[in-house]
Formats: sequence, structure tokens, C-alpha cells
Amino acid sequence: MLTIIKSGLLTTVQDSGRTGYRQLGISQSGALDLPALYIANLLVGNPRDYAGIEITLGQFAVQFHQDSWIALTGADCNATLDDSPLWTGWRYFVRAGQQLVLQQPVRGMRSYLAISGGIDVPVILGSRSTDLVAKFGGLDGRILQNGDELPIGQPVRFLDDQKRKKSIGVQQLTFDNRIRVLSGPEMDQFSQQSQRNFWRTNWHLSPNSNRMGYRLNGDQLRRTSDSELLSHGVLPGVIQVPHNGQPIILLSDAQTTGGYPKIGTIIAADLYCLAQIPLGESIRFRPCTLAEAAEALEKQQRFIDQIEWGLYAD
Amino acid sequence: MNNKKIVSPDPHFYLLGEKAVVIAFSPPISLEIQRRIWALAKQLSGLDEVVEVVPGMNNLTVLLTYPQRQAAPIINKLKKRWEGSHAIEVPTRCIDIYVTYGKELGPDLPFVAKHCGMTEKQVVECHASSTYTVYFIGFQPGFAYLGDMPAALHTPRRAEPRLAVPQGSIAIGGSQTGIYPLVTPGGWQLIGQTQQPLFDPTAASPTLLQPGDTIRFIPNPEGVC
Repeated sequence: MLTIIKSGLLTTVQDSGRTGYRQLGISQSGALDLPALYIANLLVGNPRDYAGIEITLGQFAVQFHQDSWIALTGADCNATLDDSPLWTGWRYFVRAGQQLVLQQPVRGMRSYLAISGGIDVPVILGSRSTDLVAKFGGLDGRILQNGDELPIGQPVRFLDDQKRKKSIGVQQLTFDNRIRVLSGPEMDQFSQQSQRNFWRTNWHLSPNSNRMGYRLNGDQLRRTSDSELLSHGVLPGVIQVPHNGQPIILLSDAQTTGGYPKIGTIIAADLYCLAQIPLGESIRFRPCTLAEAAEALEKQQRFIDQIEWGLYAD
Repeated sequence: MNNKKIVSPDPHFYLLGEKAVVIAFSPPISLEIQRRIWALAKQLSGLDEVVEVVPGMNNLTVLLTYPQRQAAPIINKLKKRWEGSHAIEVPTRCIDIYVTYGKELGPDLPFVAKHCGMTEKQVVECHASSTYTVYFIGFQPGFAYLGDMPAALHTPRRAEPRLAVPQGSIAIGGSQTGIYPLVTPGGWQLIGQTQQPLFDPTAASPTLLQPGDTIRFIPNPEGVC
């Protein structure tokens, strides 16, 4: 078990999300920076999609009640374990009673804490992820609060032989504010000028953004047609343009269907960057081909596979 | 289904990102097309290369297991599946929803009645006399997009959306009617409420309604009826 001492701004239990229930209107949920969650899990010997804790903007503290392996990935928040520095991207063996404290992030937005055995909240509809909109999953379907206690599962891989009882680190993915985008089905319904502006604008991430979607501020995108679209399936990464011409990037908690024109889709391999770019900063979209997108995703998967081999090949 | 020939427009196909393919029809909305969408959805959801399917209004989004390097091969595959989907029949379920219309549970019933030039009783009669089809589910868990509301009941949305619509509210928004499964902000006119749970994430079948269901509203004697 572990106890949340200081819950921070928005901390939730997340795994790799729900699949198979979209046609019932149930969102995907899950970690916004999936590679960071995967790497944290691999470091502590978990299957990569186990549930961990997603911490937004640091300022978080937790106490462990059992000896365990832990790892922190994603945003670097000057973390300390009982006052000694703890590096992100490394695994540590913690003793019962020790406290992990995160300050404000130096770089990035979201940190992921994994513990060997994973956070063992009930599996609901195939996942332990918190659905904040429908209020289920995670811990009672809500944001974690001070004093919350989270159960820990049984470790799958045992890392407790002497050779391995030392901290070890891996390389993490770096994030970029140039995001690769595939043109969307309604791209050509926007004026020539707006299509150019889409690629040329420095889009500012509005503070009015959340796990459902990131709102962007910049040049107004003008659609040349005013025909309403019939409601259709949408996915994390889809860039919608509502009537005000300011795009919205859909993320893990987005609803399953929508009706706004889709000007583009962020490639799956670049989605994690959005989890880490601080709100208020700007991003740019870069056009990309299907082949490039597929290659980028395969490359990312290989990177994570190699981490797993590096840790557990012997 | 009878055998009358229905002339349906050609669908368009496109990729949505590198891991989803879509078949979509332009308006006007057709129940005939929607029936084939449900059938196709059912057929595709069993395939290894398909993660899941999302029926929309006369369209279907298919989430794929692997990223596509080219658009044409997957689009051709979907086209073939669509062309072969004439024959499939999806069994439909009939679900009765018991509604207490009006009073505190349907605070906008007087407004709807006034707008439609009917008495409250007539609105309830009209709303409860029709059979509705669940075209698809979206917006939130178990929220059904229903077709076939009588035109006499079309009522514009509220100028000021409510911050919290009670769970189970039956509402009218423009030409549509629906049931709110969760407490949520909403701008539709509330005409009644049901006690039946629309969404229970711990149940084997988490939502009461599924695409393709037909539903009837049955007025409870406690309310306007």
C-alpha cells in the first residue's frame, strides 16, 4: 500500500486505457504520455501497461508502506526520496516508511510513478484507468486526494537478487514542440489561407485545456463551407475546428463521437509530446505522410522494446 | 426487411490518422444505411486487424491494430466488406423505458407544450406513442442518439444550458430526443425522468442501450400521462 501525502493539482491512476467500449460511448482514458508510463513500468519489472500514477505539474508527495521498486518518468520535478535526490528514468528500491516528494517541474508537465506490482485498484471495463468524466475506474473514479491509500499488486518479475538491488537508469524519450500531423478529411474545406496558416502558425496551448482536449489559440481558421457534419467517431489526436476557428486537439478523455470538422490528426508517435509541453507554450504542426507516421510509431515501439531487453535480457 | 430497391448514395472512405479508416455517407440520414452500418460494425469487430468500431450517424470509424503505410489497400478492404454487407441481419432488441413526465422531474414540459401548441398531456402522449431507434451511442457513456421523434415535438434548445442535468432525464433538443445517463451540463428541454440506470460500469452489459435497439417510452402514472 501507499499513502498520498500531498496530491498535487491533478493526480490520477492511469494505465494504457480502455478499448472495446467506444461504441457504448465510453472514452479511452489512460496515461497521456504512454511511453513514459511504459518505461516506468518496465523499470520496476511490470508489464508495460500496468497502472501507475499520473502527476500533473509535480508538487506531490507519497509514502510507501512496503519495500518495493519504484520508478519516476516523464516530467523532472527535482524529486527526493527521504531528502536524497531521485532521478527520473531510474529505478530505486524503497523501504517501508520512505517518502517520495516532487517539486514543481523543471521540464515537462506530467510525471509517472510506477511501483512493482502496479497500482491494484479494481479493473473496470478492462482497465484500471480513471474516467473523470463518467466517474469510474482508478480510485472511485476521481482525482487523488491527500490521505488516499492505494493498494499495490503482486510483483510479476522479481528484481530482488543482490545483483539487481541497485538503482539503474534508462534513456527517456525527449519531447518536441514540432508535432507531426496527417491532413484530416475536412482540411480542404478550409480557405487556402487558413490551410497555410494551419501549418505556419505558432499555436499557443490555452490554459483552458485538460485531459479531454487541448485548446489552441492562434490565427482563426476559416471554413469555406458551413454545412454541418453528421456525428462521427473521434479519437485522441484528432484536431477539430469548432465555429470559432480555434483548433482543439482531442486527448485520452475525449468523448467518443463529435461533429466538428477535422483538419488533421496528430500521429500516434507524437501524441506523448502534448502531455509534456507546458500550457502557455506554443507548438507547430508539421505535415507528415502515412509511411512516416507508421515508421515513427514502429521506431518508438522499438525504443521501448530495447529498454525492456536491456533490463531483462540476461 | 422487404425487398424494395433503395437507391443509396455512394459512401466516401478515408483514413483518420494512420490507425483508423472511415466509411461515411452524406445527408439525408437513412435508417437503411444505418442498419448496414450496424451489421458491418458487428462483422468487423471480430477481426484481428480491428481494435474496435465506432458507429456514428450514417458512418463507421474502424480503429486498426496496425498503422497503415498506404491508404488504398485498407480502403479497398473496407469497400469490399461494405459491398458484401447487404445480406447481414442484426437482431434488434426492444426496450421499454418507464418515464415520469412533467412536474419537478420534467421542468421544461410546460415550455415544450407551449412551443408546440399542445397541452402537457398531449406532448406526453405524442412522445410516448412513437417508437425510437438507437442510431448510435456517443457524447457520454450510454447516451443514445435517437431517430424518429414526431416533428410536432421539435423544440429549440434552452437559451441558457443547465449546469447539472439530473441523471435519467428525458429531454428534447431540436429534432432529437434523448436520455441523460449521467449528471452533466446540458441545454436540452427536460420533459421527464426515468429511474432505470442507463450506465453501470460494473455491470456485464454496462449500458442499457446499444446501437440498433428500438425503444418505447412508457409514462408512469405518478407523472403527467
